[in-house]
Amino acid sequence: MRKILVHLLAMLCIVGVNTLWAADNRLVLTGSSTVAPLALEIGKRFEQQNPGVRVDVQTGGSTRGVNDVLMGLADIGMASRGLKAGETGLAVYTIAMDGICIIVNQQNPVSALTNTQIIDIYTGKIRNWQQLGGRDQAITVINKAEGRSTLELFLQYFSLKNSQVKPDVIIGDNEQGIKTVAGNAGAIGYVSIGTAEYAEQQAVAIKSLPMDGVSAKVSSVRDKRFPLIRPLNFLVKGQPSALAKRYIEFAQSAAVNNLIEAQYFVAPH
Amino acid sequence: MLRRINSGSSDQKLGGLLAVAAGFSGLILLLIVVFLGKESWPLLAAGDWPALLGDSWYPLEGQFGLMPMLWASLAATVGAIVLATPLGLAGAIFEHFYAPTWLAKGFRLVMALLAGIPSVVYGLWGLTILVPLITQIQPPGTSLLAAMIVLALMILPTVALTSSATLAAVPRDLLAGAAALGMTRKGQILGVAIPAARAGIIGGVLLATARALGETMAILMVAGNVVQNPSGLFKPVRVLTANIALEMGYATGSHRAGLFASGLLLTLLVLVLAWLAARMIRRHSHG
Repeated sequence: MRKILVHLLAMLCIVGVNTLWAADNRLVLTGSSTVAPLALEIGKRFEQQNPGVRVDVQTGGSTRGVNDVLMGLADIGMASRGLKAGETGLAVYTIAMDGICIIVNQQNPVSALTNTQIIDIYTGKIRNWQQLGGRDQAITVINKAEGRSTLELFLQYFSLKNSQVKPDVIIGDNEQGIKTVAGNAGAIGYVSIGTAEYAEQQAVAIKSLPMDGVSAKVSSVRDKRFPLIRPLNFLVKGQPSALAKRYIEFAQSAAVNNLIEAQYFVAPH
Repeated sequence: MLRRINSGSSDQKLGGLLAVAAGFSGLILLLIVVFLGKESWPLLAAGDWPALLGDSWYPLEGQFGLMPMLWASLAATVGAIVLATPLGLAGAIFEHFYAPTWLAKGFRLVMALLAGIPSVVYGLWGLTILVPLITQIQPPGTSLLAAMIVLALMILPTVALTSSATLAAVPRDLLAGAAALGMTRKGQILGVAIPAARAGIIGGVLLATARALGETMAILMVAGNVVQNPSGLFKPVRVLTANIALEMGYATGSHRAGLFASGLLLTLLVLVLAWLAARMIRRHSHG
């Protein structure tokens, strides 16, 4: 019995020391589910180059990223938008750019929509594709759930309030949007350009529409010609720790450009 | 009541220990309700009850109507029960009275496996197969009907397995007596076995109801999640659980309080159902 207790104590000590040891070598990132996959990939490469370092990435939305870093729950917050008026005391490091584009089903003959037409579709004034030169088919309007940064950006760009939008489907993440549009010939939705371009390359039955005559491609986000773009930011409260600083510098260096491209985002410089 | 025998000191100790454990389990429920109440208090204390009972949910614009989601939760659950109960009961009856042993074993195995499939897999199947099928009948496809069908599939094993267990527990003497009186197989099932197993079957259905009310991921993927009163089978709806799952990661302030109010409402709904269930089972077992 005593022997077992001694063993247990010894094990507890080892675990305790490990945790203490890890605290100095562990980075916690929380926030935007758009930024998270990129932060994770950058983290993996960072871990490889810095043995013993652990980069822990958790999702939960840009607002959580802001709150967590303000409350000290995360070393770095991730946000797929700029800071809002009330969100002060944070340093912003842009690591990549992303664009939002309108997607429709691949079978849809409509190949372009004006901003006014998009607003009329989303507010329920236009309810059939025939009115837009398409087939006689009801329009399925896909909107995002409240609180998502993609929704905020979309509403802000088109000067809409969410209560004006008359949706048929409300979705959570980008992937659900792609699947819903691919499965419904009359659907229209909006997702990040990187996700849309990747899905198109995987021959998923969707197509992205140009906006203001600019095609929805990663390349048009890169030269900032695409109108509906947003920054992907890391947020830090006050002075970042030495480790956080090294990680952010690494994330902003050319060494991760291929990781950014692999996620269909665009390096900001 | 059993008379207490052997109330020695070790028994008293054990009794005390068990009482603490039982009290703890009861306390958890109380703590959950208190916690939900506390988190949604900012909204409840504002006293804007008409807003909570309204039809519009735009939390970022200060509108917190929960009623459409309450009706949607109830409609999806009732639909699923209506679909799953006859199927599950028929399966259980077939297994007990008609199927050869190997088929009955196979049926039980399939039902147990069905019960083990994660809900997100049902959701994925619903989103990629079922929803496009419904879209061909009437867009948008993500609808109350899709939610009912997916939920029915998920609770079918619960109904079938509990019915099967209750039918197995019907005393053999009763069935033998019925057979001796010259009743047909059909008469034995409808006149003897099912009435004898009634309380257990109802209990199983209510268990399934609670599961259907609490189900989240699969419904979130197929129901469309538009906040509106359920006015037709092909209309998209949002259930209370999906509301929490969709927005909790992104909510702050009174928006967050509104989501906790959704949780509180759902918990109260389940408690009312549990109370009804207890009443019903008591009445039937006496009747």
